[in-house]
Amino acid sequence: MTAVTTGTPTPTPSVGTAHTRVEGRDKVTGAARYAGEIPFADLAHGWLVLSTVARGRIRSVETAPVLAMPGVLAVLDHRNAPRVETDYTGLMGSKPDPTCAVFQHDRVPHLGWPVALVVAETSEQAREAAEALVVHYEQQPHDVDFTGEHPDAYPLDSHMPAVTEKGDLDAELAASAVVVDAEYTTPEEHHNPMEPHAATARWDGGRLEVIDSNQGATWVVGELASLFSLDPASVRVRSEHVGGGFGSKGVRAHQVAAVMAATVLQRPVRVVLTRRQMFSLAGYRSPTTQRVRLGADADGRLRALEHRSLSLTSTVHEFIEPSAGVARVMYDADAHHTANRVVRLDVPTPTWMRAPGEAPGSFALEAALDELAEKCGIDPIDLRLRNEPDKGPVSGLPFAGRNLPACFREGARRFGWADRDPRPGLRRDGRWLLGTGTAAASFGAGAAPSTATLTAHPDGTFTVRIAAADIGTGARTALTLVAADALRVPPERVQVRIGDSDFGPAMIAGGSMGTRSWAWAVTTAAGELLDRLALGTGIPPEGITVRSDTTAAIGALAPAERHSFGAQFAEVAVDTATGEVRVRRMLGIFAAGRIVNPLTARGQFLGGMIWGISMALHEEAVRDRASGGHVGADLAGYHVATHADVPHIEADWIDDPDPRDPVGIKGIGEIGIVGAAAAIANAVWHATGVRHRSLPIRPDRVILAGAPSA
Amino acid sequence: MPSSTSSVITLKINGEKYTLPVDHRTTLLDALRERLDLTGPKKGCDQGQCGACTVLLDGRRAVACLQLAVAAEGREITTVEGLADGEQLHPVQQAFLDLDGFQCGYCTPGQICSAIGVIQEHAAGWPSAVTDDLRPEAGPPPLTADEIRERMSGNLCRCGAYVSIVEAVARAAAGTGTRTDTAPAARISPEAGTKEAVA
Repeated sequence: MTAVTTGTPTPTPSVGTAHTRVEGRDKVTGAARYAGEIPFADLAHGWLVLSTVARGRIRSVETAPVLAMPGVLAVLDHRNAPRVETDYTGLMGSKPDPTCAVFQHDRVPHLGWPVALVVAETSEQAREAAEALVVHYEQQPHDVDFTGEHPDAYPLDSHMPAVTEKGDLDAELAASAVVVDAEYTTPEEHHNPMEPHAATARWDGGRLEVIDSNQGATWVVGELASLFSLDPASVRVRSEHVGGGFGSKGVRAHQVAAVMAATVLQRPVRVVLTRRQMFSLAGYRSPTTQRVRLGADADGRLRALEHRSLSLTSTVHEFIEPSAGVARVMYDADAHHTANRVVRLDVPTPTWMRAPGEAPGSFALEAALDELAEKCGIDPIDLRLRNEPDKGPVSGLPFAGRNLPACFREGARRFGWADRDPRPGLRRDGRWLLGTGTAAASFGAGAAPSTATLTAHPDGTFTVRIAAADIGTGARTALTLVAADALRVPPERVQVRIGDSDFGPAMIAGGSMGTRSWAWAVTTAAGELLDRLALGTGIPPEGITVRSDTTAAIGALAPAERHSFGAQFAEVAVDTATGEVRVRRMLGIFAAGRIVNPLTARGQFLGGMIWGISMALHEEAVRDRASGGHVGADLAGYHVATHADVPHIEADWIDDPDPRDPVGIKGIGEIGIVGAAAAIANAVWHATGVRHRSLPIRPDRVILAGAPSA
Repeated sequence: MPSSTSSVITLKINGEKYTLPVDHRTTLLDALRERLDLTGPKKGCDQGQCGACTVLLDGRRAVACLQLAVAAEGREITTVEGLADGEQLHPVQQAFLDLDGFQCGYCTPGQICSAIGVIQEHAAGWPSAVTDDLRPEAGPPPLTADEIRERMSGNLCRCGAYVSIVEAVARAAAGTGTRTDTAPAARISPEAGTKEAVA
C-alpha cells in the first residue's frame, strides 16, 4: 500500500496552456504506427476489384485464371463470400450503408462498386491479379445527372427535420423593401485524408481483431459485430494513430472484406484502399444546389428568409447534406422557411464531411447576406448585428452563449474593417484587383454518452483508458490536460490510452463532439477517483480503478441552442485576365467555449479555414455523364490547397464561458470551415464587382465573368 | 532467389546495409514499408502526387513510390527514421514538434524530409518559381515564407497545418544561419496582406 498522492491543488492548471502533442515525438520520427503498418506473421494482402459500369448486374467473374496466378490465395465475390446481416440500427442511429456489405448480390448500383476481393501472399501479386480479373456485366442505363430541378427530389429528415416553416413567406417577401433571390451551387467534394483507409483483420483465440484507421473504435466494433452476427465482446478494434478522417472513416468496404478474407483463409488479411478507390468507397460531400430568398426592410431587418437545399444520394442508401439547417440557427425572420431535399442517382453514397450541412449551407446563406448588405447599402457586419436573434429562430430555445457580435467586433478591429470602402472593383495592386469580405459561422456543440476508465497507480501516476480517436485533432493531448486538472496533478503524471474498443463504449471523433464528450467522461471518472482516494485507504499494487458513464448526465442537460460561433475575414487578389484568385490574408475569430490546448486548437481552426480556401477555390470532383465515374479521381485531378495556396492566416478566440455547462468545451473541429468560403467569395465580389455563386471560383469562371466596368 | 521476376539487392538506408530479395515490381516505398519495417515513409497516393513518401536519395528529395527498389541500389537512402541523432531530434523535427507543424501526422515524415531538402537546395543557391533575382551572382534569395511555400508545395497536408509547417521550416532554416525574413506579424493587419503579396 502506498500513501495517497493526490488531493493537493496543482500550482498551475494545464487546461488553457500550450502543450505539444504527447505523441508528437513519435510522429516526427516516424515511430507512430498507423493501421496498415503493424506487422503480422503470415499476413496476406487483399486488393479490391471495383465495378467498371455505373449500373447493371454481374454476369460472370472469371476467377479461374486469376486463381492460377502466382501467390493468389482466394477470390471472394458475391457467389462465395460469407453472408452478412444488414437489418440493424448502428451507433449513428441508422441502418448501414449497403456499400459496406460487400459481395452479397450481383447488382451494381454505381461505378466503383466493390465486386471482388483478390487475396495473395504479397501486395504486388494481389494487385496484378486484381487488375487481371475479368468481370462481365449486364449494363443498364444510368443517371448521374445532378440538376437543381430533378423531378424525383424529395424532402428527407435526418438528425434534423427536412422542412421547417413559420410565417407567410410570399406576403413578407411582397412587403419587403429589398429582396435577394439567388441560386448557389457547390460541387462534389472528397475528404481525402492523407492516410488511405486500411484494415488488418485476424482471428485470435476465438476473437476477431481488426487494426483499423477509423474515427471511433466503438462504432466500428458495433457495425462489424452486427454485420457478422458476433457478440460485440468477441470483436476488438484498435486504431492508435489515424491519418485524418474528416467524416470518411467509419465502417467501409475494406474492413468488411478483410474480415471475410481472414475468416475464409484463417490468417491475417490486410486491405488498403488506393487513393483512386477512395473516390467511390470512402464517402464524399454531395454537390448542392441551394436557393436563398431574403426579404428585408430598408434598414436591413429580415422579414423573410427562405433557404432550400438539394443534395444527392445513392440508390442503395439515404444520406442528406442538410445545408438549409444553418439558417435555423443564424437568423430569424417573420417568415422563415427551410427545406433539405435529396435526389437518388446512380452514384456512391455521400457521407458526413467536415461541417456537413454548415459548410455548403453557410456559403449560400452568408453570400446572400452579403448581397443583401450591398442592396441595402449597409455594412455586412452591421447587417448581421441587426439580425441577431435572442432565441433559436426555429426552436424558440435560449442560446447557451451566442458571442457572435463579440467575434465580429474583435475581428473587425484586427482586420482593419472600419476603413473598408464598400464599393466593389476599386482597388488595384498591379494586375491584381483587391477586395475584402466577411461571413459569420456557427456549428453545433453537442455531446454523446461515453465511458472512461481511470486508474490511480501506487507511484502517483494515473492511466486514462477511453475509446477515443485522435485523428489529428489533438484529442489525446487535450484529454491528458483535462485529466491532469481534474486529478489536480501535472500532466506528466497522466497517461492517456485511446483507440481501443476494449476500453468501453465512447463517442466517435465526429460532429465536433469528440473531445467534449470524452472530456466529460474523463472528468466524471476523475471526480469519483478523487472521492475514493480521499478515503485514505491507500493504493494497492494493482491500483484503484473507477469507470464513468455520462449517459445520465448528458440526458439531464437542459435543452438549449448550443453552438460555437465565429467571424471570418478574407482579403483576396483577383487577376481577371488569367482568372487567378489568391487569398492574401485571412482571419477567423471564434467563440467556441473553453479552449483546452491553445497550440493544437489554433491548428484546428486554421485547418478548417484552409479547408474553406480549398472549398472556395480548388475542390471539385467532376463526374462524367457517359461513364458515370469521375474524371481524374486522384490528387492531381482533385485539387486541395497546398502550401503555395495558403498565405499567413490567423485564428484566435474570445472568452466564451458557459457556467451552466459542466465541461465548457464546445468542440472546434468543424467551425473553422464554416463561412470561410463565403468570406472569400464575398471578397471576390468586393474585388471585381462580380458575384460568384458557384464553387469553386475557378479561373475559367473568373475569366468568363469578365473585368469590372471601370 | 534471383529469377526473371526477382533479384537480391542491397540497399543502404540510414547508414545501414540491408540485403533482401525483391519482386522487380516492388517500389522503394513498399520495400521500405513492407519488407524492412521502415514505415516512416507514408503511402498517401502511391502515384507521386502527395509527397507523403518523400525520402532523401543521395541527399536530394525523392518520392519513394515512384522509385523501383531495384533502381535504388548503391544510393544513400535517408528516411525520417534516420534523421535524429539518438535522442537528439534533427532541428527540423524539433521545430515541427515545438510549433505543432502537423496534426494527424501522416504527411509529416514527408514534410520533414522535404523541408531538409528545401533548406539544402536553397543554401546551394537553387532558385524557385517565386525567386525575383535569378542572376547566379545574386546568390540564394532570402528564404521568405513565399519561398518556403513554393518549395514545399509538393507535400500536401490535408489537415491544413501549412501555417505552422512554414513557421517550423523557417525556424529550422534560421538555425542554420539562413536569412529567412519570415517572422510573421504578431497581429494580422491590413499591411500583412501587402507584405505577403505574390509578385
